[in-house]
Amino acid sequence: MFVARSIAADHKDLIHDVSYDFHGRRMATCSSDQSVKVWDKSESGDWHCTASWKTHSGSVWRVTWAHPEFGQVLASCSFDRTAAVWEEIVGESNDKQRGQSHWIKRTTLVDSRTSVTDVKFAPKHMGLMLTTCSADGVVRVYEAPDVMNLSQWSLQHEISCKLSCSCISWNPSSSRAHPPMIAVGSDDSNVMYGGKVQIYEYNDNTRKYAKAETLMTVTDAVHDIAFSPNLGRSFHVLAIATKDVRIFKLVPLRKESSSTGPTKFEVQIVAQFDNHNSQVWRVSWNITSTLLASSGDDGCVRLWKANYMDNWKCTGILKGDGSPVNGSSGQPGAMNTMVGSTVQTSQNALNGSAAGRYFFPPLDAPRAGSRYGHLLPPPSLIEHSDAQFSPHSQLPQSPMAIHGQPPQSPLSLHRLYSHSRALNTLPEHD
Amino acid sequence: MEEVDVEPTTTPIPGFDSNQKHLGFVWGPGDILVYETIYKASGGSAGGCPFVHEVRKDEDIYSPILRKLFNESHHIFVGLQRIREDLPSKNKKPQFVSISKNYRSVIRACMEELQQVAVSTQDAALATQYGNQVSILLAVELIWNLCEVLFIDAAPAGSLVLHLLDWVRLHKADVDEKAREVLASESPAEHQAYWDVVISYVLQGRMDEARQVLVKQAALQPAARVMFKLLDNLLMKMPIFNPGETQTLTEFDVKWRHWREEVDHCLQDQSFASNRHLEDICKILVGDEDVLLEYKELLSTWYHFLVTRLLFSHPTVKPTELHYYAQSSMHMFLDTRSVPEPLDSILLAAFEFDIHQVIKDCSIALNNWWFVGHLTDLLDHCKLLQSHNLHFGSNLREFLLLEYASGLFTHHSLWQLAVDYFDHCPEFGRVYLELQIERVPLDTERKALKVIRICEQRQMTEQVRSICKIMAKKALRNNRLGSALSWSIRAKDAAFATLISERFLQDYCAKGTFSDLDLIDNLGPAMLLSDRLTFLGKYREFHRLYGEKRFSDAAKLLLSLMTAKIAPHSFWMTLLTDALPLLEQKEVIFSADQTHELMFCLEELTSGKSVPTPDRPMQDEDIETTKIELLRLALARNLAMAIVKEGTVEV
Repeated sequence: MFVARSIAADHKDLIHDVSYDFHGRRMATCSSDQSVKVWDKSESGDWHCTASWKTHSGSVWRVTWAHPEFGQVLASCSFDRTAAVWEEIVGESNDKQRGQSHWIKRTTLVDSRTSVTDVKFAPKHMGLMLTTCSADGVVRVYEAPDVMNLSQWSLQHEISCKLSCSCISWNPSSSRAHPPMIAVGSDDSNVMYGGKVQIYEYNDNTRKYAKAETLMTVTDAVHDIAFSPNLGRSFHVLAIATKDVRIFKLVPLRKESSSTGPTKFEVQIVAQFDNHNSQVWRVSWNITSTLLASSGDDGCVRLWKANYMDNWKCTGILKGDGSPVNGSSGQPGAMNTMVGSTVQTSQNALNGSAAGRYFFPPLDAPRAGSRYGHLLPPPSLIEHSDAQFSPHSQLPQSPMAIHGQPPQSPLSLHRLYSHSRALNTLPEHD
Repeated sequence: MEEVDVEPTTTPIPGFDSNQKHLGFVWGPGDILVYETIYKASGGSAGGCPFVHEVRKDEDIYSPILRKLFNESHHIFVGLQRIREDLPSKNKKPQFVSISKNYRSVIRACMEELQQVAVSTQDAALATQYGNQVSILLAVELIWNLCEVLFIDAAPAGSLVLHLLDWVRLHKADVDEKAREVLASESPAEHQAYWDVVISYVLQGRMDEARQVLVKQAALQPAARVMFKLLDNLLMKMPIFNPGETQTLTEFDVKWRHWREEVDHCLQDQSFASNRHLEDICKILVGDEDVLLEYKELLSTWYHFLVTRLLFSHPTVKPTELHYYAQSSMHMFLDTRSVPEPLDSILLAAFEFDIHQVIKDCSIALNNWWFVGHLTDLLDHCKLLQSHNLHFGSNLREFLLLEYASGLFTHHSLWQLAVDYFDHCPEFGRVYLELQIERVPLDTERKALKVIRICEQRQMTEQVRSICKIMAKKALRNNRLGSALSWSIRAKDAAFATLISERFLQDYCAKGTFSDLDLIDNLGPAMLLSDRLTFLGKYREFHRLYGEKRFSDAAKLLLSLMTAKIAPHSFWMTLLTDALPLLEQKEVIFSADQTHELMFCLEELTSGKSVPTPDRPMQDEDIETTKIELLRLALARNLAMAIVKEGTVEV
């Protein structure tokens, strides 16, 4: 892995969250400077800030995109006790020319009496629903009944979790076997208060969310929580950022058909890593949940991966190089300065050596007497390698070639190599 | 099985100190964004944070040359999947070998191209990067080739050594280069590399070539002619197993032992004592390990040493005995101090026929799913994985292919190749495809249609619906109503179609014309998706009839739109206004009954809102009142004419 480019974010205070849109072509950043910025990726892969505006009257903790089926919609939550919904409108033509877009506030959700710590849209199959959680221990589920009119949101559910809430995650499964389910984490650090992760499930009969499970083994403060994509499985996988990284499996137990209560789960711990040494603050899955990333007090991002036998291991670490933060921070005119080029050159060497580290020394330095010197084709190869080839034509095409000698392929291989003196032909005597 | 543990790779983030701040992150489709932050709520404000860094996972994908490797190998992969399951595996072997060779030829072609650009580029960093890729591909091809010989071709005793010789010759190609240099020089026999060339040829079992070069020296030393002749004769007579002939392995073995005795005899006789080089060659021919090890530089690798050793000491080695010679050769050849590198362990594992270990070590050492994915798939097709590991066989294949295909999916054009890989992963392929394909950026309508086609071919209806919905939403945002309507029809999204129909009607009210006539005229049964869309279609049909001067049909349709409650109430006034010109025609179009019905409609519309709304400007109200007056007048006159006309007809 390598740093491909760096984007001067130009926020005047700490960034608290960065969020990618569904297709990965846009991102939003939010900060203690009370603003949100939206960035668009150009054809060449460069990021351009297309909007920047003050969103709240306090630090903005989280920003998140709605599914594009609902248009270009953002939600943000803040220390100012509110959450807000924003929609991009197609602006005047001269705005477009300047590469700017307009975001207007569709609603402010003011029900919380304390800092709103997390905001998440529900999976799209449930419609346009937004969930917030707050330090006062309440999870609120809002719905926009008319997806064409985002200024109307109704508070559908208030779930009292009794403990200061720090994070929420929807179970993304759209299977009919799985009722809507939301996990809530609490950053209350008093271990006496018991489990800090609660699972709520929607009950079709009562039309309410009811607690299905509390993960009793997680007693320390929880800072982030993430359901993995379901992959069509019957069970659910939940990653938790607490004093370590934990991955749980929630296996629904078979319900009696007459039962109307919430699903009961068998809770299994799949993995637990304390590599961050102390608090873990964020966990998040990639699209297909083959990788889990976590960020902790060690100042690193760690990547976790399961092999095909479901053994989890750390496969990568992103870590600061320790160099002092350079002076360009906060320069008002430094908007969107690309520093990628310089960073990239220095990274290339690093990354090149990483890729080749298991095998060979660099090409231009075959050490005298190197065991691998012979593996490097001599430069004389170059002047002869002008032949074009296409392996399609080498696939055996006649039935003869399939059952008897495969004459075509060694021949064509021979043809392929005959122009290159340095590489011998492949064996032909089979 | 022992787990190979490798330290995770660390990627440095520039300008950031992990001891002071936290590193925030977010997953992107093919990358991770990281930024500095402080998570503790109490953490003091630390001023602006300058950068968000984009960390890429896999730079290989973005190399245009490796892209060819991905493209070409995709075709081979798809071809391999088509090989029929029901054929007995014996018959399939030549096919598998040929597929294996195709894969290798793609690697070679790619390597050559990379080598070319590595040498020609001016950018040192880039040259290093290409160089690294070449080294990796060389290793990959070396391993693949050995796997092909041992596992796929599974050569029996006799042929085995021949295959291994070919393998070594292919990957130790500098001999020919050197030979050319020597032979091209003015006096080859006096060239300093002369004997290196001769001995290298012998070490690779290339006796004819060795003899040709030896002739040069013999010509220079007429006194030693007999000695040269003797060696030439030994080299010429060395028996080589020929699997094509009727000769059995035992017959070959007998023949070979005879020859060896003869060589041994010459050594005993001290026939070559006067020439160190010839004596060494002779010792090599009897497989003298000490002499072989003296030529370490020429052998350069333990596996060359192994194959040479087998050629001269155990030419009929069985596959099952290989591991013994491989281990001992490695130990004899490598310094006792030096630790075997991953490549050594991988090759050794192959010689030990531990396929699982080979795949595992490769996936750890290579950081590249292309190789392990394709090789494992091929070995799986050869039914080699099941016998080795019943429980995980097919899972391992799928696991590796999913990894590889997921990587491809992050690329703006290679994602289309990944679709076929997912298709051939029975367990999770479809779910992965569903998750990945809906993330493909829908930059253009063409791209959206491409994605939809792929989804439709696989009955992924929810993804099709979602993509259409996104496209409809996007088109509406950009005020392209026609496109928005056709996308929402495709998405079968009634609510959205209603909304867009409404917009069409509003536009018509404002401008008096319809846009996107082609689309609306050809709605067909799609019209039934929503009431409003039905109305839009029918209303447009009215306009068409009117334009074609089919007035009575038009009038009938217009009336039915109101009486059958297809038209929304809000639109009735517009419809009635549309009726005006028909009422004003000289000939009677609306019959008396129809006119009555029109009058009912007008009354129904006006009775509800007798009280003028206060916020409405007076002027609008005036126009409205005038319109109603005009309508009433026209209706009354038409009714009169109709009654007269109908009465006349009846009489």
